[in-house]
Parts: sequence; structure tokens; C-alpha cells
Amino acid sequence: MTDSPGTERAVLDRDGLGALVRELRARGHTVVGPTVRDGAVVLDEIDSADRLPFGWGVEHEAGRYRLRPREDGAAFAHSAGPQSWKAYLHPQRLREWTADREADGRITVRAEEPARVSYAFLGVQPCDLRAIAVQDRVLGGGAYTDEGYRGRRARAFLVVAECTEPGATCFCVSMGTGPGAPGDAAYDLALTEVVDDGGHRFLVRAGSPAGAEVLAALPRRPADGATAEAAREAVADAATRMGRTMPGTDLHALMAGTLEADRWDDVASRCLTCGNCTMVCPTCFCTSTEDVGDLTGDHAERWRRWESCFDLDFSHLPGGPVRSSGRSRYRQWLTHKLGTWHDQFGSSGCVGCGRCIVWCPVGIDITEEAAALDREWSARTLPPTAPAEPGDARGRSPGRTGP
Amino acid sequence: MSVRSATGGSGPGATVPVPYRVVRRTRQTPDTATLVVEPVDRALPRFAPGQFAMAYAFGRGEIPLSASGIGEDGRTLEHTVRAVGAVSAALHDSAPGTQIALRGPFGTAWDLARARDRDVLVVAGGIGLAPLRPLVHALLRDRSAGRSGGRLGVLVGARSPGELPFADDVEEWSARPGTHVAVTVDRPGPRWTGEVGVVTALLERAPFTPGRTAAFVCGPEVMMRAAARDLAHRGVAEDRVQVSLERTMHCGTGHCGHCQLGPLLVCRDGPVAGYDRAGPLLTYREL
Repeated sequence: MTDSPGTERAVLDRDGLGALVRELRARGHTVVGPTVRDGAVVLDEIDSADRLPFGWGVEHEAGRYRLRPREDGAAFAHSAGPQSWKAYLHPQRLREWTADREADGRITVRAEEPARVSYAFLGVQPCDLRAIAVQDRVLGGGAYTDEGYRGRRARAFLVVAECTEPGATCFCVSMGTGPGAPGDAAYDLALTEVVDDGGHRFLVRAGSPAGAEVLAALPRRPADGATAEAAREAVADAATRMGRTMPGTDLHALMAGTLEADRWDDVASRCLTCGNCTMVCPTCFCTSTEDVGDLTGDHAERWRRWESCFDLDFSHLPGGPVRSSGRSRYRQWLTHKLGTWHDQFGSSGCVGCGRCIVWCPVGIDITEEAAALDREWSARTLPPTAPAEPGDARGRSPGRTGP
Repeated sequence: MSVRSATGGSGPGATVPVPYRVVRRTRQTPDTATLVVEPVDRALPRFAPGQFAMAYAFGRGEIPLSASGIGEDGRTLEHTVRAVGAVSAALHDSAPGTQIALRGPFGTAWDLARARDRDVLVVAGGIGLAPLRPLVHALLRDRSAGRSGGRLGVLVGARSPGELPFADDVEEWSARPGTHVAVTVDRPGPRWTGEVGVVTALLERAPFTPGRTAAFVCGPEVMMRAAARDLAHRGVAEDRVQVSLERTMHCGTGHCGHCQLGPLLVCRDGPVAGYDRAGPLLTYREL
């Protein structure tokens, strides 16, 4: 949690959260937030704060996710769920254009007008806030802009919920992405949930003029010292309870230096190449286009859908796929996420949310794989007299460190 | 090393294809044809040699195709397509009058500035000559207009005499003064009297001074690696060798992820790349 000078900090109670949802809806936003469905905390359109997962926490482990009741009734103490906000900003499937062919062979192509939906995301955790910033650069930061994404993103109102309850698979601290919302991050409102003897309440600050305007319309009281301190402590405490740690080595260099490591064969012997990690990853952005026609043959549509680099067709060329082995496909995913993303888009593609660990059906752990590569790299690059230490600048051992 | 496209943005031409009409279709080899196309209405921005379009066959799909010819007016384009899949077959079979649709121009162009007043080697393997053809045209224009000195060598390899693309062009280029053109095939027919063997063997008799040579190479990856290696042995530095890379592409705009080659997004950082950058990446299997 970082204070921005001059920013009003206020306290909302649970009714204030309800007023926030009403205010956002009144301003024309489609409010999306976490809610409990099918044994998971999922994202959904909500018409009331009552739909938030009050009293629900989660248990994460590699390949495992379970809801568990929380006695404190907290609404935002569930860390990463199976979906991320990309499901709304970068939809799983959308039509890009339609084309018609006249009897004389003339083709007319019509661009699909994106729906002008204006989302308000309620409860964006700092790791996911960073993931949105990463996708901003991928889809909107280059020579070409994904206009649909840019529009949805520009209209979105982001309410951050700082993380006070990291899971056993979380490692945002070692990626520098959480658990507090950094002062330079782009958001509209940031909440920190506090549940203690002083009651169930939310310390809130505005991060934008639009956020300040919304905050001014809510029933609130000025932030008191005890609430501010409790919020600060909750976030600081969360930082000490990360279940995982990414090795502190230069991951960009590590990935470039280990393309022929033996570890790729090891992980390939476990990886099912199912692509779950890419679907749950909040930054994975790859898509494929599908051209479809109707029975007349004169109407055609261009659809775009999420794609996974684990799919054999992903690297299709006339002579066959470039990456046919599971080894090469896992290597593509990991080296892109932690390494070449820097070359392509100027940052890491990993935000430390841990979803790829949780939803891997065989429990492959990105922090363990990076640590193993680091050990193999160190053993090869260091002289034999120097013991190969996993390069961890933060003085914590990589991999499982959690409770 | 390569030249980044000046285009960008979104909308028509970037994500939404623009209709073009096939005005002529020339058979190059048994499975390869060149389509001359012109815009039905509005034209795409001018292509530079080496850049590619995403070419759409109505209702079938879209594939990346380098410009194999760029009209003087910048409106007419040529695309050379080999029928290997459903989309390429549909484009290949497009008769004059057929409307297709194009997006682009995408990607990097051959860096012509690197060829100014240098000896130039253009090395092509089969249909790899297609993206090099507008480069050869530009090099010939520059030299005949006195804008550039240096010798020009065009070395072409094909599997068989019948699979040599642009045979008429190759013959015409060989008649140009100061231009050395050599062709070789892997499998000669009974009437073939020319060279037999790999294209890199043609370097032996090509006139160039290695220290002042720029090379432009396109063909199968194994051929490009061999050409760059042989050029390096003869003293042409890797940063003086440009290659054109091939990867799957769906968007052309840097957003779909399919065309990655390690740190490169080939649609954005390629297809043309310096061998000093691309070469090390091509040494890894399945990268």
C-alpha cells in the first residue's frame, strides 16, 4: 500500500460497498465482480454487492482449488480464481468482421462494431491489475492497436482490492506486483478490506478523477488512524505469507541461457500439453482466427478466439508444426512468459498470481521449473569450485516457502 | 538491419481486409502461380520490397504472402502462391476477375540502404525468390539510374528445372549489364544443361568482394543457414546478410502470438531480419 499525497482516504462500511455497486451501475457501468458459483469464486456481472463472496476463502495448491468458509465474512479474501479480467477485456471469442459476395463476385467487408459496454471491475487484485497493464502494452502499445480492446479498456472503471489473503501458490512479492496496489498503477479506486474488533470495513482511496467523483458520491467517513493502520498491517502481513517465491535471478537472461537445458525433458515428461495454464493466465493473449461461411457460400465471417501455444496447430507451417514436441511447447510458454516477453513488450509476462500452478492438472509449478533451470544454469556457468546457489537476490529459497 | 513498416493503426487494411481484383494469373511452376491484383476501390499503403500482405480467399481463410511484385504506381501488387493447403489452393486457383481481399503492408522490408554502392548477392531457394523479386527490381532500377554502384549477383536454386519460378525474369536479369545470374537445380531433367547442386555452390563463381558485400537470402531455413554460413566463410559478416523468415501468422499486427521465433514477433520484427539476429535463433530445434 502506497500513499499518494493529497489523496483523500475514506472508510466505507459494508453498506458503502453496496452503494458503490449502485453508483457504478447508475453511471452506466456493467459491474463485474467475484461471486461464488459451482464451487469456485468466479467473475460475473453483479447487480448488488450482496453477490460478492462474503465469507468465502479458498485453498490453493498445485493442481488443487477448494472453497472454504471464512468466519470473518470477508469479501475479497479469496486470491486468484479460475478466471481473470481478460475474459472481459480480451474476450474468449469475438467476431471481427463479416463479408458478403454479390452475384457478380464483388466482395463487401464490414467491420464488426464492438459493443460499447462500459465495465466496472470490482475487486481487481494487484497482481491482476498488473496483468491488465501487461495486456495494455501487448494489445494497445504497438504500431497496431486492437481497437476493441482499447475501447473496452478505456471505458473500464477499475476498483482494486488490495490483497490481504494470499494463497499457497501466490508469488506476487517476488514478481514485484503485489500485494498492495503500487502508487503508480492506473486504477480508479483502491480498497483495503479490514475485519477486526472495529468492524468490517474498507479503507478506500481514489486513483483517478473518475474514482474521486464516485467516492464523493458514497456514504463514507474520513479514514481513522486505526483503520488505516489495520489496512497497512493487513497488506504488509500478506507480503510475508506468499506460498511461493520466484527465483530472484535475472529470469530474462536465465530463459535465454537455458534453451537446451535437460530440465525441459523433465517437465515435458509431466506436462500434458493441455493448455490450461495459458487459459487461466491473466496475460496470455494469443488468438487464432477462424473463417466461417454459411450454406449459400456468399456470406463469410471472421472470428477470433483464444488460442494456446500448447496446441499443435499453433505453429503450423506447410511442412508441419514448428513445435511438435511437448518439450518445445512447454519451453515456448515458459521462455515467452518469463523471458522473451521482455524483448517483445518491455516487461515480464508473469505477474505471480499462481493460476498456472493451481489449474495445472499435474501440478507443474512455474516457480519450481524456473528454480530448476536456475540450478542447472548455475551448475553449468559457475566454475566447479563455486557451489551452485540458486541465484536468489532476496535471500529466500525459491519454490515452496509457504505455510 | 531491417526497416520497420511505417504503417500501423487499426481498421481497414490493418484488421479488416480490403477487396482486390485478380487481373492476371501466371503459372510459375506446376503448383505455383503469380496473381497480379489491383484494388477494387481503395488501395493499401504502398508495399516495400520484403513486406507481406495477409491475403484472404473468400470464405476459405487468410494466409501471409510476400509481395512478389510492386507496381510502379504502388497500387498494383503481385503475390506468388504455392498450393499447399485449402486457402493457398483457393488463392492459387483464383482466375482473373476473382475478388480477393488483402491487409497490409506488414512487417519489415529489405534494407536497401545496406546495398548502396556495395556488391549485392541475392540468394534464393525455390519460391523464396518471390519476396526477393521486388528487391531485384529496385536494385536494378537504382543501378541503371546511377543511384548505386556495385555488382549484382542473383543466385537461384530450384528442385528441378520445372520448379524454377520467375524463369522469364531470371533470363531478363541475366541480360542486364553488370548483373551475374546463376541457376542451379537439385534434380536435372534430360534437357537440363545448367548447374546441378545446392545454391550455395553458386557463390564460387559469383563476382563479389566479401568486405563490401550485402546479401539478401530467402528460401527454406536449412538453405538460409547454409548460405549465411558459406557467406561468413567467405568474409561476408552476418550483419550484412538479411534473411526472410517464415512462421505461422494469423493477425499480422503483432497480437496473435503465432509467429514467435524466440524474442522476435516475425510479423513485426520480421519477416526480414539481419542474420546476426536471426541466425542464432535458427540454430535451436523447434524454437
